[in-house]
Amino acid sequence: MNEAIKTDVLIIGAGPCGLFAVFELGLLDMKVHLVDILDKIGGQCAELYPEKPIYDIPGIPLVTGQGLTEALLEQIKPFNPTFHLNEMVESIEKIGDPGFRVTTDAGKVFECKVVVVSAGGGSFQPKRPPVPGIEAYENTSVFYAVRKMEQFRDKEILIVGGGDSALDWTLNLHPLAKRITLLHRRDEFRAAPHSVEQMRKLVADGTMDLKIGQVTALEGADGKLTGAQVKGSDNTMSTVSCDTMLPFFGLTMKLGPVANWGLHLENNLIPVETASFETNVPGIFAIGDINTYPGKLKLILSGFHEGALMAQKAHRYVYPDKRLVFQYTTSSSSLQKKLGVN
Amino acid sequence: MTKINFVDHSGETRTVEVENGATVMEAAIRNAVPGIEAECGGACACATCHVYIDDAWTEKVGKPTPMEEDMLDFGYDVRPNSRLSCQIKVSDELEGLVVTVPERQA
Repeated sequence: MNEAIKTDVLIIGAGPCGLFAVFELGLLDMKVHLVDILDKIGGQCAELYPEKPIYDIPGIPLVTGQGLTEALLEQIKPFNPTFHLNEMVESIEKIGDPGFRVTTDAGKVFECKVVVVSAGGGSFQPKRPPVPGIEAYENTSVFYAVRKMEQFRDKEILIVGGGDSALDWTLNLHPLAKRITLLHRRDEFRAAPHSVEQMRKLVADGTMDLKIGQVTALEGADGKLTGAQVKGSDNTMSTVSCDTMLPFFGLTMKLGPVANWGLHLENNLIPVETASFETNVPGIFAIGDINTYPGKLKLILSGFHEGALMAQKAHRYVYPDKRLVFQYTTSSSSLQKKLGVN
Repeated sequence: MTKINFVDHSGETRTVEVENGATVMEAAIRNAVPGIEAECGGACACATCHVYIDDAWTEKVGKPTPMEEDMLDFGYDVRPNSRLSCQIKVSDELEGLVVTVPERQA
């Protein structure tokens, strides 16, 4: 087992609520590590609507998802949190009273007093395309991500999708693959124009194929793919010969391993009490969109409030012998010192 | 108020009323019409409020914008009459609109 990273608090989910919780915990001297399955900070704000305006952050009439993420990062800078991106928390094991050992899918281990679940709608996971029986080929012939390019050397690859992932992997795997077919439902691409241009050139040179249509069925046996049936935009059917398929249909939110952490769940949400947003497991809190309680509103501002109250209770677990005196950032010189403004 | 008809995958129709200016997605969510998830809350940032527009209505409802087309790439069983219901604004013109909810959202 890897050596454990020790921290006061581990936050699962680096969306706006997780980020602001760093601030509230930091003011009370608690050190934080954050784990997020995405390759970037900001959660839904960064993944779903980076460019879209948000109008209901108190005191900020208009901010984009990306803008809010950047502002929060600036705000929590004094507390120097550590981010672990591209990782998903798999298990939480109780080792103290309270105290937890948390393990990620990358094999990283954390030991902490307090866990804060701010996982929004769950974890972002690749969307499975609507092809009957595709599950039987997953991880043998069908892959939703490319971890090692070498794995695809000399393969006959069908790449499905029209965004940057589909186009980037088409171009990157082209030199290695035996043959690449790119399939998209329309002859327009969301991907960067430069990559689309490069792809079209390879098609014109005859070194790869582009097809317009959607996969309707897979051919093969025992997890080994031999071809895909494709319905063209003109409804004609054809078969693409392939031993590997890489579908890139974006991400969807799935509750994922949260369900296995011993927390009560109600309709895929974690019930909490509203004095501290603690779950049924003492020392594990849930804030933001993933929790539920009477009157819950799924607003970013609610998550901020929940984070502030959570930090008060978390302080008792991390510093059982210290009395907490309530202070304002406006007037407290000790808080200002932590923020680096005094 | 304008009436919108949602036909589910089994063929059952639910008729709901919504004020003009709201979206077809909002009409579904406020009335708990099954099959419309609207994960992103109407930001045209997911594809989980996907519907098929009834043939008689495709012209009145119109075509998706390029941004919506991009999101439709992520939809489940996308067809030529596919739209994201969060991008359809309700008006008197759409009184009696019929849309079908796909077998499942993405």
